[in-house]
Amino acid sequence: MSLLLQEPGLLAGDRPARSRTGLLWDVIKNQPSATIGAVILGIFIVLAVLAPVIAPYGLHEQVGPVYGHPSWAHPLGLDDGGIDMVTLLMWGARISLVVGFAATFVSMVIGGTVGLASGYFGGRTDTVLMRITDYFLAIPDVPLMIVVAAIWGPSLFHIIVVIGVLLWTGTARVVRAQVMSVRERAYVKRARSLGAGNLRIILRHVLPQIAPILIASTVLTIAVAIFDETALAFLGLGDPSRISLGKVIENAFQRTAISSGAWWAIVPPGAAVALLILSCSMIGRAMEDALNPRLRVSHLSAKGFRLRPLVGRGRDAV
Amino acid sequence: MRGADYVIKRVAFAVITVFIALVLNFALFRLAPGSAVTNLSRVPHATPETKHAIAKQFGLDKSKGEQFVIYLKQLARGNLGISFENSQPVSKNLRTALSNTLPMVGLGTLFAIVFGTLTGVIAAWRRGTTTEHVTIATALGFYAMPTHWLALMLVIIFAGVFPSGGMVDDFLIDPTWFQHLKDVLYHMTLPASTLALVLYGEYTLIVRSAMLETLGEDYILTARAKGLKPRAIVRKHALRNALLPITTLIAISLGYIVAGSILVETVFSWPGIGRAVYQAVLQRDYPMLQGAFLVLVLSVVFFNLVADLLYFKLDPRIAE
Repeated sequence: MSLLLQEPGLLAGDRPARSRTGLLWDVIKNQPSATIGAVILGIFIVLAVLAPVIAPYGLHEQVGPVYGHPSWAHPLGLDDGGIDMVTLLMWGARISLVVGFAATFVSMVIGGTVGLASGYFGGRTDTVLMRITDYFLAIPDVPLMIVVAAIWGPSLFHIIVVIGVLLWTGTARVVRAQVMSVRERAYVKRARSLGAGNLRIILRHVLPQIAPILIASTVLTIAVAIFDETALAFLGLGDPSRISLGKVIENAFQRTAISSGAWWAIVPPGAAVALLILSCSMIGRAMEDALNPRLRVSHLSAKGFRLRPLVGRGRDAV
Repeated sequence: MRGADYVIKRVAFAVITVFIALVLNFALFRLAPGSAVTNLSRVPHATPETKHAIAKQFGLDKSKGEQFVIYLKQLARGNLGISFENSQPVSKNLRTALSNTLPMVGLGTLFAIVFGTLTGVIAAWRRGTTTEHVTIATALGFYAMPTHWLALMLVIIFAGVFPSGGMVDDFLIDPTWFQHLKDVLYHMTLPASTLALVLYGEYTLIVRSAMLETLGEDYILTARAKGLKPRAIVRKHALRNALLPITTLIAISLGYIVAGSILVETVFSWPGIGRAVYQAVLQRDYPMLQGAFLVLVLSVVFFNLVADLLYFKLDPRIAE
């Protein structure tokens, strides 16, 4: 049972809560939208990981005519090269997820570090780092990604780095705000007066406290990274040797799937991307909602005047 | 005077951002070693005189530092080089493209803001009801769809009803201005709708969150205790205060509109700035790409500044 969900005041409280890292699990368990999101994401991950084992056909294997219709053997039909769409989707999801996770990891490391340093040290460090963040935020990501990807040349590694290096600003801001409040709490000051160094305080006392907001931000960033990969691939900047979901959409678009009436070559890959983004958004938003105490109370609910449970049902309701 | 300070600060921020963008723009294209990127004068099919003229204009034989100064000077005169693709000045191409993009993006964004705000407010107001769940599910759905894919879906669904590409009907001979307007609007339907739907999802979610935060404030409780009607509380107390974060977030999402327009214009062959980016990438038309990037950054910085000043107008306390 989570401390956080039972005691709303704890978030702003003075005591470090040890069970805070269990928040992700609690949110997934208690919020229907997060549960649905986690299930969808889980299915995608399993299919993507097992693609080499369970994909019905080979990724480069022509198994029928160009844009072959859906049939029992090929439930989603064939693409412009006569390749089974189900197989393509599994392998495509694999690359899309790799890009999503890897790029997000890069941006979490940068954003987390900048946010921590900025919030924890304050003063001039804070001013300088936040200035840089502001400028990064003001320059539109996607055009910059396009320019850099176009100049560097298309490769999976470049795409991951480009997306990762441009997506960290939001995380840095969120983490900074959280760190600034944690820094002022009594137990942090106590640790410092006992002689703990900055590194120890950050790793042992600050980082665990901001972990939930960092995870929420991570999950939301994965969605953006997957979208960005799809966009870059659609503009012809994807790695030509790797099939991602974005690449599948691009291929179908470039090779006239629409005018050939082959809806099955273009609807499923986009729907898969939409489902992936949707599932990450649902989990991330549910976590953010649970972490924001200001959202718990509504003084104007539709059905009369009462407090409405936001998180949890029955006994767990806050 | 605090207010003046704030305005000056925001304008200075915008100016510095533009300068950083200029440096980036120069560095990305000219300092990358090798490749065609480093040379603006490699216009295909151009006469030696033209190439020589460009090389001279941009001082391509001088050091990189000097080149940067020359680049800024030429930029001040509106000279962005010659497009590799059609051998026209980049600035001329961009002006045409921008004038095609603005009405389409403007229309889509306007619809998204109006309907997004409306449903966002309703979702927050009817919190916990089926209305809210349906609204949020719809908004999340549109938000999650990749822009270009949604565009393609609209093409499939409305095949034959609305035109799926281009901006004007090429076979319309000598149209009156009214016929021309009708034709452009007709072609604009699908691209503007795509943008509107994607942004609608995002704005609904933003407005709902902002409204939920204000609905938890004590002054709402006070208003309620005074016996005000819920409608009046929402309109006069909640929405007015929620407008502040909404303004900022919509401004931040402008960068996204830019990205969205690239995808939408690519699908619908809309001859705007987004399609210019796409074509430039395909053709490796670096002067054009460089120019288009600059225009995109400038427009985002400009609208961010507008939003900052608007915020100040809405809530002068921000200057404190």
